[in-house]
Amino acid sequence: MDDLVVVRKEGLYCVPGQFYIDPWRPVERAVITHAHADHARVGHRHYLSAAAGLPVLQARLGPVNIQGLAYGERLTHQGVTISLHPAGHVLGSAQVRIEYQGQVWVASGDYKLEADPTCAPFEAVRCDTFITESTFGLPIYRWQAQQEILDDINAWWRTNAQAGRCSVMLCYAFGKAQRILSGLDASIGPIVCHGAVQALNTVYRDCGVALPPTVMVNEVDKTALRNAIVIAPPSAAGSPWMRRFGDYSDAFASGWMLLRGARRRRGVDRGFVLSDHADWPGLMQAITATGAQRVIVTHGSTAVMVRWLRQQGLLAGGFETEYGDEETESATEADAAKQEVNDA
Amino acid sequence: MRDFARLYAELDETTSTSRKLAALQAYFRQVSPENAAWAVYFLAGGKPRQAVPTKLLRQYATEFAGLDDWLFDECYHAVGDLAETIALILPAPTGRSEVGLAEWVEQRIAPLRGAAPETIRTALHAYWNALETRERFLLTKLIGGGFRVGVSKLLVTRALAALAAVDSKLIAQRLMGWTDGRVSPTAAGFLQLIGEPHAGEHALRGGQPYPFFLAHPLQADPATLGAPADWLVEWKYDGMRAQLLRRDGQSWLWSRGEDLMTERFPELARLPLPEGTVIDGEILVWQAGEVPSPFADLQKRMGRKTVSARLMADLPVVLVAYDVLECDGVDIRHLPQHERRTLLEQLVLKVNVPILRLSPSIVADSWQALAAIRTESRARGVEGLMLKQLSSAYGVGRTKDGGTWWKWKIDPHTIDAVLIYAQAGHGRRASLYTDYTFGVWDDDPDAEGGRKLVPFAKAYSGLTDAEIAQVDALIRKTTIEKFGPVRSVRPSMVFEIGFEGIAASSRHKAGIAVRFPRILRWREDKSIGDADTLATLKGMLA
Repeated sequence: MDDLVVVRKEGLYCVPGQFYIDPWRPVERAVITHAHADHARVGHRHYLSAAAGLPVLQARLGPVNIQGLAYGERLTHQGVTISLHPAGHVLGSAQVRIEYQGQVWVASGDYKLEADPTCAPFEAVRCDTFITESTFGLPIYRWQAQQEILDDINAWWRTNAQAGRCSVMLCYAFGKAQRILSGLDASIGPIVCHGAVQALNTVYRDCGVALPPTVMVNEVDKTALRNAIVIAPPSAAGSPWMRRFGDYSDAFASGWMLLRGARRRRGVDRGFVLSDHADWPGLMQAITATGAQRVIVTHGSTAVMVRWLRQQGLLAGGFETEYGDEETESATEADAAKQEVNDA
Repeated sequence: MRDFARLYAELDETTSTSRKLAALQAYFRQVSPENAAWAVYFLAGGKPRQAVPTKLLRQYATEFAGLDDWLFDECYHAVGDLAETIALILPAPTGRSEVGLAEWVEQRIAPLRGAAPETIRTALHAYWNALETRERFLLTKLIGGGFRVGVSKLLVTRALAALAAVDSKLIAQRLMGWTDGRVSPTAAGFLQLIGEPHAGEHALRGGQPYPFFLAHPLQADPATLGAPADWLVEWKYDGMRAQLLRRDGQSWLWSRGEDLMTERFPELARLPLPEGTVIDGEILVWQAGEVPSPFADLQKRMGRKTVSARLMADLPVVLVAYDVLECDGVDIRHLPQHERRTLLEQLVLKVNVPILRLSPSIVADSWQALAAIRTESRARGVEGLMLKQLSSAYGVGRTKDGGTWWKWKIDPHTIDAVLIYAQAGHGRRASLYTDYTFGVWDDDPDAEGGRKLVPFAKAYSGLTDAEIAQVDALIRKTTIEKFGPVRSVRPSMVFEIGFEGIAASSRHKAGIAVRFPRILRWREDKSIGDADTLATLKGMLA
């Protein structure tokens, strides 16, 4: 039987369904797994995404032709049954299940297995072929429990606040920022958000996600900054916008912060290892749970994962994609955030 | 170990000097003297010998983690540091060790050296199994002999000075020789280090050298320094800075890195210095003639622990004396430069042996004249000029408060070369391709176009982070082949490479070896055809 999904120059393509999944070039029909910039691009004629992801997608892409599909709801197009299932990556993120003539493929998009209060939890979907991401596809990547990291973040903030020093947390504005916000102990001090973050907070709150009260920097008294935590996108680092925070302590939250080299390259005081991607055990657990006999690996440690999965007796191969990794932040995102910095 | 691991993490994480200082002070206030003693040793740059060969460390860690070798290699390439890789792949610990740093170093790590492989294996598994990630990292670093920490010795000195309420210059003095590895740090030693100053202190020093006074690079116009007559001007030799001590009827020769090198240069150890003398100078290989031999020749001497009469005859060394720090057993570092110079001249005259030479004083009445003399540097086999304020005391490290020394170096040689191999960096640059091998054109009738690129130098530094990211992306795009961590790339990028010296070398493919090569800039305006040739490079051989 022919493959249901192949790579074309525009992106991952479902052959019988004649649509693309997270295409990187403009196409007629695009199924979008989630609203990060490298997966959700402008310029397609028709968009399909999880209903839970619609508000964020609309906020980021502007007025485009989007159809929402509830998690688990089925839709038939060109004889192909499509459904979307929570990927646990960020608000509204989905895995794409495709069924055609008795064959089932699932494209994961980006995912993580650990519970995240800001989005629906990852759901294992049985399939014949699983297309998985591999951002952190090496055995060195094993995450600590989320609560421990959040406790560390609160402890860092508390120590700084007691020393009368502002805490600046740099993280991706969409997803990571809200996940951190949801775990902050608001009794420590005010929570200040950069414009890029605050815009998404509004969308999250409108979607019913509980976040602590946040303010913009111009809404808070300068003296209050001494015990505040500031949530800002990485591109704000070193910008004039940061000067107002005086002798602040800065931190960066990302899975990459696991490595000393990456932490030192960032040049921040603290690196918190908090990722919205599955770690190595998570990837393996997800793959096993699908029951798939064939696994296709995309963006990340593709070669390593393919070799490893073959050793485990699976049919494994790789797809070359143009997905980046929002944990290091894509160029477009950085530009967008810079723009907001300038506006702020 | 837990406290030291926390301190290490704090020092490693912050770039702020004040926070590093605070972390050091908090640590030293809290730990017991025997643990503090070892912490000082490591923080001040002490390098214990490797206790377990890398191969075994890696093998036992891979085995403990249940990983295939290839997968371990992939992890190592991503991390760029062996100890860190090991710490990250090991299974979660089942125990919790409360053992302090001193006990780890003396009773657990030291006995591993030369132990039977099976003993090492059992010990390592037990040790790793009782430590969390950052402690494992540190332990593995200490065992593997590659420990480095992002803190300057000066900062450690300041932290200890604050703790002891003693002048930091005195702490620096007491710290000399602390890390040379011959005497184990002890609780008593640490208490002495932070103790009150006392009268007998000077007499107790034995073979301890003084902290070296270091020069700053001169970036401004020398005219800003005032009249040339206020300065002692000397050649900047390209050898090895050293202190030669004579005390208690014995001699010691120390490198600037505080390694004891007495046995490597027996002819210098035999110099008949008067009792109670310390000379600061430069070791150079110097055959007959006006010009010292290139640094590469000195390297051949530095590498040998046992020195044959033949080697001493083939590569004779001299000590070019710059300064005298102790005279008749008295510390004279506070005396002004011109007074010390007079004493030094008298001393060299009195000793009167050819292998102790006085560093010539260069006299000219204007900076223009000195600038002209400086252009002779390459022909004289030196790196430029040293400018020492005649009123300056002999300071500690790079201090400027008692007068300044400047190094006024000549501009480096430059050549345009093509990037042909790349390797991922370590530490801060792990998982980025930052270590490059450069080639220049050489005739080859068999090659396409009648010439090929031959590698001539490796360089690591000189690019901004943004440029590194760009070059890294290009390297990934133009990779031809991967050999382990090294990639060969399709030649496309030209860089201007600077270097200090050049010498013929039979050990290098290109037949030459360059000294201190570094990237000066990326020549995006040049195509690979514009890069320089090996003939041009060889033309620089004097």
